[in-house]
Amino acid sequence: MEQSPSAWRPGADLVTLRLRAELLAQIRAFFAARGVLEVETPALSTAGITDPHLASFETAYAGPGPQHGRLLYLHTSPEFAMKRLLAAGSGCIYQIARVFRDREAGRRHNPEFTLLEWYRIGFDHHRLMDEVAELVATLLAGRLALAEPERLSYRALFQRDLGLDPHRASAAELAACAEARHVSIPPGMPADDPDPWLDLLLTHCIEPGLGQGRLTFVYDYPASQAALARLRPGDPPVGERFELYVNGIELANGFRELGDASEQRRRFERENAARWAFGLPVMPVDEHLLAALEAGLPDCAGVALGFDRLVMLATGKRSLAEVLAFPLDRA
Amino acid sequence: MTTYSTNEFKGGLKIMLDGDPYTIVENEFVKPGKGQAFNRVKVRNLKTGRVIERTFKSGDTAEGADVVDVELQYLYNDGEYWHFMDQQSYEQLTADAATVGDAAKWLKEEAICQVTLWNGVPLSVAPPNFVIMTIVETDPGLRGDTSGGGGKPATLETGAVVRVPLFVQSGEVIKVDTRTGEYVSRVKE
Repeated sequence: MEQSPSAWRPGADLVTLRLRAELLAQIRAFFAARGVLEVETPALSTAGITDPHLASFETAYAGPGPQHGRLLYLHTSPEFAMKRLLAAGSGCIYQIARVFRDREAGRRHNPEFTLLEWYRIGFDHHRLMDEVAELVATLLAGRLALAEPERLSYRALFQRDLGLDPHRASAAELAACAEARHVSIPPGMPADDPDPWLDLLLTHCIEPGLGQGRLTFVYDYPASQAALARLRPGDPPVGERFELYVNGIELANGFRELGDASEQRRRFERENAARWAFGLPVMPVDEHLLAALEAGLPDCAGVALGFDRLVMLATGKRSLAEVLAFPLDRA
Repeated sequence: MTTYSTNEFKGGLKIMLDGDPYTIVENEFVKPGKGQAFNRVKVRNLKTGRVIERTFKSGDTAEGADVVDVELQYLYNDGEYWHFMDQQSYEQLTADAATVGDAAKWLKEEAICQVTLWNGVPLSVAPPNFVIMTIVETDPGLRGDTSGGGGKPATLETGAVVRVPLFVQSGEVIKVDTRTGEYVSRVKE
């Protein structure tokens, strides 16, 4: 990588670095006042992430212990370890964690970033959205003027912006919609799987206008995009998952957490099968998590919020590189 | 032929799209909270100059375009084609009017130009940033006026017309910035 003579300097200015510290202190005060416990879990794990759209960094442990060392993965989020704490009776918990995602770099992505993740026992995803809105309003108060939060389902969002039902539309109908809106269609889009088409329409036609001057929560995702959320039976069934957008920036992702160990195992296996089909490495499943779910996860909702993106919003900066002490190209 | 993964996309990378060579102007990585990531790129067609937007699924590849910039010496114009020479290999290359475009009015014999080649064939020609040329025609200005305010048009030996200060006269040699088409200074022979 080419080095400019000033590459030793921070990407963020000192005012921004002080604001980061202030926001972290405010987050800790917010949760302390609510009796939510701060925890720390390991960044290194023997289990990787099976989600085919996430790539783990790998590292090698040389011992002592295992005779030939051991492959360890840097976590992409602290979710699995935090759920083990919940199953062990921790009560409500939060963590400010440094997480690592390979293959993600851009204006709003850095392969190493800070996630604020928290879990609330007895909350459903709507009650957790209320708390996310309170926290974000507290942190952005006096820094970014915001109108009242809005909340709409994934279906209502696609109906409002594109006039189609995302739960019923076929891949061909979604493709026709993308074409009508002059979206450049990437080569190799599948003819039978609607999800990549929904993602294409979401990123190109919907996201840029989401949450302009306000918090916009999108909830109840297609079952195929439930990730680690519970499914709510219905016609069609939906994943009890939500995303928060502010000024077109995706800020947080939350779930009413899936507690069913066998359903969780099926999802891991399905994701690994997709990895295999895409030619991606199949990842070791987190057996500790599955055992914890087997033992019993309390009914809870959890959310992960991109702290660096929040700092972007608080400062009005246009890229993550301007709010990180040392973004990747200076790391 | 080289292929590039979206991982290697960055401004200036030359790729093939629909049979034409393009250069990447801007590359944006977008990803919904969960799910498929995309690279939204703005690309400039190196033949037409038009900028369009294209989307790739992150991780996919594009064929590289065999496009290189070389320094060639401009030799002469035969009425239809402009002839250039590689000063190392003495190989000669020709370019038509569409390829030379606006650079034509700045081309003086022996000038070193930056020529963009696609598969070895000239695609575009950039004149030197500064050229030294003789004024062949300009209205006689008022002697003694050195303010330079306003100026007047002057026709150069290649036919290019630039605005020069009033005190500059026919037959004089001047330096011109070809990027802006502006007069820089007089040059003493």
